[in-house]
Amino acid sequence: MTTAVHQLDDGAWVSVNDSREVNVSDLWRLAGHDFCGCRLADFLAEGFVEVAPVGADVEARIAGQCIQCGASGVTDWLTLGRVDPESGTFRAVVPESVHVPGRPAAPR
Amino acid sequence: MPTKVERWKDETYGMEIRDHLLRFAEEGWDAIPEDEHDAWFERFKWWGLYHQRKGQESYFMMRIGTPMGRMTPEQLRTIGEVAAEYATGPVENPEFGDAYADFTTRQSIQLHWIKVEDIPDIWDDLESVGLSTIQACGDSWRNIVGSPVAGRDADELIDVWPIVQDLHEQFKGNDLYANLPRKWKVAMTGDRRGSGQGDINDLAFEPAVKEIEGEEVAGFNVNVGGGLARKEPRFARDIDVFCRPENAADVAAGLSALFRDYGDREDRFNARIKFLVDEWGPEKVRSVLQEEYVDYELPTAGEGLRDEYDYNAGRADAAGDYIGVHDQSDGQNFVGLSVLVGRMGADDVIELADLAESYGSEMIGLTQRQNVIVGDIADEDLDEFLAEDLLAEHSPDPHPFMRGSIACTGTEYCSLSIVETKNRMVRYGRWLRDNVPVPEGVEDFHIHLSGCTASCAQPQIADISLRGMKTRKDGDAVEAFDVGLGGGLGENPQFADWVKMRVPADEVPGYIANLLETYETERSGPAESFRDFVAERDEDELAALADGEETSYEDPYLGNTKMTWYPYAEDTSMDASPAPTDGQGEPLPSDD
Repeated sequence: MTTAVHQLDDGAWVSVNDSREVNVSDLWRLAGHDFCGCRLADFLAEGFVEVAPVGADVEARIAGQCIQCGASGVTDWLTLGRVDPESGTFRAVVPESVHVPGRPAAPR
Repeated sequence: MPTKVERWKDETYGMEIRDHLLRFAEEGWDAIPEDEHDAWFERFKWWGLYHQRKGQESYFMMRIGTPMGRMTPEQLRTIGEVAAEYATGPVENPEFGDAYADFTTRQSIQLHWIKVEDIPDIWDDLESVGLSTIQACGDSWRNIVGSPVAGRDADELIDVWPIVQDLHEQFKGNDLYANLPRKWKVAMTGDRRGSGQGDINDLAFEPAVKEIEGEEVAGFNVNVGGGLARKEPRFARDIDVFCRPENAADVAAGLSALFRDYGDREDRFNARIKFLVDEWGPEKVRSVLQEEYVDYELPTAGEGLRDEYDYNAGRADAAGDYIGVHDQSDGQNFVGLSVLVGRMGADDVIELADLAESYGSEMIGLTQRQNVIVGDIADEDLDEFLAEDLLAEHSPDPHPFMRGSIACTGTEYCSLSIVETKNRMVRYGRWLRDNVPVPEGVEDFHIHLSGCTASCAQPQIADISLRGMKTRKDGDAVEAFDVGLGGGLGENPQFADWVKMRVPADEVPGYIANLLETYETERSGPAESFRDFVAERDEDELAALADGEETSYEDPYLGNTKMTWYPYAEDTSMDASPAPTDGQGEPLPSDD
């Protein structure tokens, strides 16, 4: 089944199959990243810049800043969650667990 | 490639959305196809309806655009009655009760908890008194801002009210300008105060005079491409055009058509005209306007009145708002009343309308500082009016910290916001009033609190700017603010310098107290405004002015209010949300 993903309201949230699933204002822990100099960035999501389905995953690049060091910018692609191919249900990742931007590398 | 929003707009947009809304209202929330929610909610904005945030599905914010914030008492009463009947949610707000109206920084009114089933009745009520929600949101001509007391203000060059009414008539419901790449915000100022705040609008008509064929003509200089959002603030740029009042509609039509045709429809983040002005430069904007969109020779800019501007200008010698009693040109008075964070209970709205009418007022005005003006109070009635009970709450002589406080909608309803805003600003204001000495000579001190970078509370143009953030405190994530200082409009508009980042929300009042103590101690004297005091200092000096500090202030919203379905509910968890609901507010069965 095709997954419809949109970032809406100036990037305030991500819709997956017309259901609001991921919001700005979450803190994301980023490892293995080049967003800032922090080994483990504490990244505040302020706006979804791009969003795309990659297989069953939903990925996005997010604008925001690391609240440890203050660096701001846009992340590499992050996995927001996964759509169950059977039911179409979206299961979001836990932002405060550790994420590695840019993986998996897949065509978008 | 055009964005998805552009494709949805290509399919259905503008006036025709009304028929769909009426159909959905008749058939109920469930009639909106689930796999078309995103498209319809984007379209509904054009008719002033904004779907509330996650956890509040099926409820809408409704925006009513009132040009220059101007209404009759009858219109205001209708808004109060609509708010009382329809804008009530499942849970009361602890500061504001169960029904209220928000007066916005663009002189509109916002109501919350509106159900799609109620929209036809609400439109009937509003439209019966000449109010409308048309184009209050969405990608088109938004509410035109300016001084609500135009034509009454004794301190003005041109009465712009007839011109603004004409623009409103021409560009609302006009298919030619119904689908723009993004919002289009217009300000028209005819007074000497600069109260239109044109600098932060897409299109600004600023009062000016110019000698043309030996005759001094009063009109406007035209500036284009201002705006505050997304950490990309711009002041509107001077395109070197003078506009006679009778040409205002031609120039406005030309510039909004230029935006329609050349604005970026492939990247909504780059769509506002401020980015086109960045790319082209004001000279090219002028030449394209001249060559492609107007059929007369545009005069070069005239002599503006900017050196007289005092509205939100941070001057020590003039108040920067409309609060208090002011002379009208007809010998009567208009009285500006403080509405803390722009939110007024529905009962107070109705009472204010009745009060205004009983004193013979024909004009109520909403200001860009989220306050309200009652016009046409006769000299002989003034003392009695000022003694009315309602004015104890909404005062013409408020405490400086209550007077100057602005806040956006925040996480209570808004998808974008990072933090709670209005209730917090109310609590900040009260604590500051009760605990912080006002520096001598300060009557009007502007604190603008915005929940995010969208900047709906105009945080960059305040004495103290607060922009929603997060930080960690004792390891826990807490709501916080970036703090900016010294912004304002006036003769030399200036955005705030961001001097202190990620101050925990419960330490902000302490920060402000420390800052004002330093200001009072170190300033050269009461004639040095706070804005001038900031302008005199470099980045390091500003950062060293004060630190955040815990005080007796208590912040009940320190945790992540965005994670709640409603921050003030007894059970705030998303699972406890009654939404979506049916037309009676009863929860609808979940698909899960």
